[in-house]
Amino acid sequence: MSKPIALEMKNISKSFGSIQANKNVSLEVYHGEILAILGENGCGKTTLMNMIAGIYFPDEGQVIVDGEEVVIASPKDAFDHKIGMIHQHFKLVDVFTATENIILGVKDAAGYSRAEAEARVKEITERYGFHMDPHKKIYEMSVSEKQTVEIIKVLYRNADILILDEPTAVLTPQETEVLFNVLRRMRDDGKSVIIITHKLHEVLALTDRVAVLRRGEHIGTVQTAEADENMLTEMMVGKKVSLNIARSEPKDPCDRLTVSHISCCDHEGVKLLDDVSFTARSGEILGIAGIAGSGQRELLEAIAGLQHLDSGEITYLNPKTGETVNLRDRTPLQIRELGVRLSFVPEDRLGMGLVGNMDIVDNMMLRSYRKGHSVFVDRKKPRDLAMEIVENLEVVTPGVTTPVRRLSGGNVQKVLVGREIAAAPKVLMVAYPVRGLDINSSYAIYNLLNKQKEAGTAIIFVGEDLDVLIELCDRIMVINSGRITGIVDGRTAVKEEIGLLMTGSIPAATADQGKEEGANG
Amino acid sequence: MAKSLNKGAGKTREPLFHIVKRPTIPLWKSWVIRIIAILAAFLVCGIVTYLLVQRNPLDMYASMFRGSLGSKRKLWKLAKDMAVLLCISLAITPAFRMKFWNIGAEGQVLVGCLATTACLFYLGGKVPDAILIALMLVTALLAGAVWGVIPALFKAKWKTNETLFTLMMNYVATYLVAFFLLTWTPDGSSTLGRIEGVGMLPVLFGNSYVLIILVVAILTVAMYIYLNYTKHGYEISVVGESENTARYIGISVPKVIIRTMILSGALCGLAGFLIVGGLDRTIYTESVGGQGFTAIMVSWLAKFDPIVMILTSFLLIFLDQGAAQVAQDFNMSDAFPSIITGIILFFIIGCEFFINYKVVFRSAKKEVKE
Repeated sequence: MSKPIALEMKNISKSFGSIQANKNVSLEVYHGEILAILGENGCGKTTLMNMIAGIYFPDEGQVIVDGEEVVIASPKDAFDHKIGMIHQHFKLVDVFTATENIILGVKDAAGYSRAEAEARVKEITERYGFHMDPHKKIYEMSVSEKQTVEIIKVLYRNADILILDEPTAVLTPQETEVLFNVLRRMRDDGKSVIIITHKLHEVLALTDRVAVLRRGEHIGTVQTAEADENMLTEMMVGKKVSLNIARSEPKDPCDRLTVSHISCCDHEGVKLLDDVSFTARSGEILGIAGIAGSGQRELLEAIAGLQHLDSGEITYLNPKTGETVNLRDRTPLQIRELGVRLSFVPEDRLGMGLVGNMDIVDNMMLRSYRKGHSVFVDRKKPRDLAMEIVENLEVVTPGVTTPVRRLSGGNVQKVLVGREIAAAPKVLMVAYPVRGLDINSSYAIYNLLNKQKEAGTAIIFVGEDLDVLIELCDRIMVINSGRITGIVDGRTAVKEEIGLLMTGSIPAATADQGKEEGANG
Repeated sequence: MAKSLNKGAGKTREPLFHIVKRPTIPLWKSWVIRIIAILAAFLVCGIVTYLLVQRNPLDMYASMFRGSLGSKRKLWKLAKDMAVLLCISLAITPAFRMKFWNIGAEGQVLVGCLATTACLFYLGGKVPDAILIALMLVTALLAGAVWGVIPALFKAKWKTNETLFTLMMNYVATYLVAFFLLTWTPDGSSTLGRIEGVGMLPVLFGNSYVLIILVVAILTVAMYIYLNYTKHGYEISVVGESENTARYIGISVPKVIIRTMILSGALCGLAGFLIVGGLDRTIYTESVGGQGFTAIMVSWLAKFDPIVMILTSFLLIFLDQGAAQVAQDFNMSDAFPSIITGIILFFIIGCEFFINYKVVFRSAKKEVKE
């Protein structure tokens, strides 16, 4: 390798309590390259990078920058060694402009000169081809603009090593492409760019080398040019997994839940849902795609009786009696008392679906504790259910009396999904059910959903990975800023088309056409 | 480079130690840490005593134990004080489990005292004793419940801050008592004499404390069952852990807040009834004497477990009574016992940190270079 080494990590280890996040990781980063840190969620990618960025301090090991061993105990130390990290959650002052955020906290030797600072910001934007209005306030910005500000902030501090934590998670396919071009220009300028990701196609499209982590350990580093998807997947998960998700044909679907023209606002009057209409059918998975925060949460919560609506109707068709039940503005308890078999796996598992400090048994009881007239709770049935779920879904836990917050993300999700399915739902709503889960747990969840589908449940699936939505769902509904921009057939859908619907860049007429097709398909 | 090679990880700027969260700690180990903390606390107290008053620390500890446990009379007093403190602590515990920071126990107990005294003052001798005692109890429970439910209503309806609200209610209660004392004492002395002979609580086994201790013992068990085995107790835990989860499964959060604060306030009222009816037989603005606040400590130290609260209330009363004896024996100011109590509590609360975290020193780290 002719390029000089910019950063070297030697035998880095870090644990949090009993969880070993990183174990003896050794890694080099060269000047003028883009390195991917690839691994499943929870494999220690972010922890490793946080140690270089001064957020955490390693338990063991050394960090060497440009041949000198250094100690990075704070983000300031990291900047002194020209290392800057762009975190997943932006750290910006909302009421400041882009420039103000960029220069915030920088001590100039020559004293503060706004004109000089602005000139430097301008120089950086032009050099790498950023599109940014330096005078725009942060709260007026889109997610991608905020990310741009974060990157320039790091460059302004003369960083030569840039670490980006899952930079594309919040971007549309189009925005991702723009970002990648900027990163390539930085590489050509001699900077080292490290991106943390679990998306294989991005790794292949962008990077020069890939370092793969698995369960906190460095499995190996390969030249991207010599790698392919199968090889990287195998390195990530340890064994070959089929990337195919089974999808059966819906069996005699009939309407189960009709949502017509619902709208609602937040307390500042901003529309969260705007005239949303759709129908969920039995024996079918209806996917909902959209950029995070486009109204997915409000939509599900409206159906579950947790979100007040300004207008519209939500109707449930009882399959046994054929009666229709209006769900609008009912509380979750009233909905259940009306005989509506609705289960809901919310996005925030430990903050809404479960109680983190309670054990698995008590969490099972959340749905059933009201049964009977006794003033005492009956823990026997919940305990049986807990043991059944632990066994059937292969939940890894010391026992059913372990607080669920001690379980890993995948096991927490299995507990939650298991409980919701145990209620034998007719409508099952799941929000980002595989977020933070490794590949094996994700497939376990997909299988559970497919089994429910075969049992005739109407499933509403809010997802973020378009590949998964396309492989799993029968129909995909796309939401943008609280509006439905289209419903497409999962069997014929193309990623780019959904991407365009997500950003709302397809004219309404085309979107309507898409809806028609979806309804026919 | 050469320098870094032989020095390995031990570079000068590396922090001397850093703090690591422990994995779950075995029960015995956590108790070892607690016992070490208590021993360390006694050691520091000894040094402080020696430095300040040049006395043998062992004498001081002897005097401390004598003060709390030294005689039959002192043991009874210890048990009685424990019972009252434990009663108030039990009363606030459901609210605390719900993460409703009720620091208004002081006021809720005081209005319970006031209601009991008012019954004695106005109805004493006019109705049969059985009815009088029943009225004293019911009005005390009601008064405490009202004092507790007002902040709960505001919290449930308008999301007001319960900490400030309950604190302010304490002052209202204090001045309400001051007002009634003025009305009840025509001479303007604001000192009401003991009202004896009417509405006396039954004396069991020849000791007037037995009834109080018995009531609180039953209450302790009942509260333990209520919190851990009933649907109400379960709802309280869910609301306390996560209001969103409570809403999600259809628990009405305002309903639980209001119901729990009625219970919490009513039990504070019960404590007031016991204080006036069974002990003081009168009221003054300091009838509760800060126990409403000490109870918070009892409850927290026990992590809101009623059974463990027996231990923590014993600890606090033991320290208090023992320290008073020390001050008397050694002829020291009243401040000294407070210093000793403070030191001991500091160690006991501080050791929880070492149960949750461990400190890793630089020298303890492995050299990573072969």
